[in-house]
Amino acid sequence: MSKKEWPLYEVFIRSKSGLSHRHAGSIHAADDQMALDHARDTYTRRSEGVSIWVVRSSQIVASDPAETAAFFEPAEDKIYRHPTFYEIPEGVENL
Amino acid sequence: MYTQGLDQKDKNPAKRRAPESPEQLEVFQKRVDAEEKIEAKDWMPEAYRRTLIRQISQHAHSEIIGMQPEGNWLTRAPTLKRKAILLAKIQDEAGHGLYLYSAGETLGVSRDQMVADLLSGKAKYSSIFNYPTLTWADIGAIGWLVDGAAIMNQIPLCRCSYGPYARAMVRVCKEESFHQRQGFDILRVLCEGTAEQKAMAQDALDRWWWPSLMMFGPSDTDSEHSAQSMAWKIKRFSNDELRQKFVDVTVPQAQFLGLKMPDDNLEFDEKSGHYRFGEID
Repeated sequence: MSKKEWPLYEVFIRSKSGLSHRHAGSIHAADDQMALDHARDTYTRRSEGVSIWVVRSSQIVASDPAETAAFFEPAEDKIYRHPTFYEIPEGVENL
Repeated sequence: MYTQGLDQKDKNPAKRRAPESPEQLEVFQKRVDAEEKIEAKDWMPEAYRRTLIRQISQHAHSEIIGMQPEGNWLTRAPTLKRKAILLAKIQDEAGHGLYLYSAGETLGVSRDQMVADLLSGKAKYSSIFNYPTLTWADIGAIGWLVDGAAIMNQIPLCRCSYGPYARAMVRVCKEESFHQRQGFDILRVLCEGTAEQKAMAQDALDRWWWPSLMMFGPSDTDSEHSAQSMAWKIKRFSNDELRQKFVDVTVPQAQFLGLKMPDDNLEFDEKSGHYRFGEID
């Protein structure tokens, strides 16, 4: 007997007012409303959240882990992008 | 980065979609007073939404327009190192514009609409970018002074009552410090150079100092829009408070460089611990 799984949803939770939503995990659900209910029951049983986002996992476009080094390489050698690259002479404050 | 004139009076009063009851407004104000963040899907007064759309879009436009004078100097940067740094800064400004457009979009206005309003002149951007950049020292002055003034404006915005704007500003502020330092560094090197180079730095300061002070907007007595923005905790400090803070931290930096502020009335007031400065023209 073949079993058809419910679609997978990724769950994002805002833990408190003012913070952004963060990925918490995933759940299976038959539709969007069920996904929200399941996410609530799975991830916020101890009031871990004030807001939940769910999105179909199949809708997420992700970078390729095998390509991580090459993908992020452009940022590696730009040390001048960090404030610590610049020497602040002694006596200069608030810069 | 650039937040001048963000509290200008709205010339087209809100066309309300649904009547707002005094109870709703009271609940909203209580949330704001309790330092709760307002999120995109929360109920908010239409005027609050419109104020934010105007402020955030104008802030975003300023980031984008601000790239232009700097972009003009890329091919004339004095060294490859300076060119790479300037390129990185300009790329950051584009990023800041994008963070801000995204925050604006959460309020129900499309990016196309925001850009259309910029092109038609309906939406403004910081007028600081209408001043010409005549020499390489101007790129230093922009980083040190214009970004410096922007940082003063932006740090309190990290605590703005509207969540998406506040979070965008946290990102922006983290990246801004490099911008100011690279500007100061450009001027420091010029000031340690030949007499001609130092004169170039002084000339840039002479031309950018007053426009930088104007970035904080009109004086408190003339700024009609401030009170409401303060009550909504979109704004945390008045224009004059922020301007004073900027003067207080920047004057000693100019002294370190051996440059003279173009203000004959500038003096340190021992009693208050603040610099007193001349009237803005």
